Amino acid sequence: MSTAGPAAASFRFAVNVTPKEGILDPQGRAVEQSLSHLRVTGVAGVRVGRRVELTVEAPDEPAARAIVERLAAELLSNPLIEQYGIELLGGASSVATGP
Amino acid sequence: MTVRVGVVVFPGSNCDTDTLWGLERAGAEPVALWHEEADLRAVAAVVLPGGFAYGDYLRAGVIARFSPVMRAVSAFAAGGGLVLGICNGFQVLAEAGLVPGALLRNRSLRFVCREVTLAPGRLTTPFTSEIPAGRLLRMPVAHGEGCYYADGATLDALESSGRAWLHYAATDGTIAADPDDPANPNGSLRGIAGAMNAAGTVAGLMPHPERAAEAILGSEDGLLILRSLVRSAAERAAAGNPPAATTRHPAVTAR
Repeated sequence: MSTAGPAAASFRFAVNVTPKEGILDPQGRAVEQSLSHLRVTGVAGVRVGRRVELTVEAPDEPAARAIVERLAAELLSNPLIEQYGIELLGGASSVATGP
Repeated sequence: MTVRVGVVVFPGSNCDTDTLWGLERAGAEPVALWHEEADLRAVAAVVLPGGFAYGDYLRAGVIARFSPVMRAVSAFAAGGGLVLGICNGFQVLAEAGLVPGALLRNRSLRFVCREVTLAPGRLTTPFTSEIPAGRLLRMPVAHGEGCYYADGATLDALESSGRAWLHYAATDGTIAADPDDPANPNGSLRGIAGAMNAAGTVAGLMPHPERAAEAILGSEDGLLILRSLVRSAAERAAAGNPPAATTRHPAVTAR
């Protein structure tokens, strides 16, 4: 019976984590200050974050997204200082495809 | 009776041996607690030492937060047990939501390793009771992510309740509240070097008391904090409060 569930598919997501507005971002500031060395002007608001890509196996996209949402909120970001956005990369693919 | 105090050892902890030794000098029977174990070995207090737990991957302290030992420590703290987090240990406590706030990358972007002056707040807490009134403390900091951050309302509450229990200060005792003050090593808001939970039983600090626990190291001021903890733990153990953490607590979800 255990094999009779809905066919699983795999979904590739990216989670983009950035410092919340108003939170000091010394990395972003350092990058911004280096722009003058490249003789670039007119660039502002540099914020440095991180991007985490992951593959989730789930019956459908909403189920997969719910897992990513939980990971993003509980592990990948600290809600006190960071915000995140979730991106679906490409379409669903079957899990069991061989080489 | 000598009181037993545990020091958690995560992969990447590197101040655990110094902390075990400092606690012994402060009068405790120190025991190491392995991160994979959820059994706190009947300790009367827990210390999370400095280092780079789990390589500080993702964010300092966050992966340690989900370890078996931290589930036990969270349950121990919820039951009123005394917990002290030093440097990386403070970052773990903040990530676990056991103390308020977060530790951001130093404003200078530099790893800072030097001695600082600290002004203690209330001397009636389990972590400050052995500090003589009016005494400033000298001890080292060594971190890249120690810039204390919390929102304005939290900062106000910490300050008014004395739960911001240590501040960076100039040698004359003036608190380095300005993040750009040279006596503020990392840009911490309001010069906060240590923060405590609402119950006053879980505390974190960025400076290293265990690196200032013997005269040959240049300062013994750290012993005052370690002795406060050991004495408070002994008093609580004698009073049977909280019961020593002998039992495994049922599943507790962090945060």
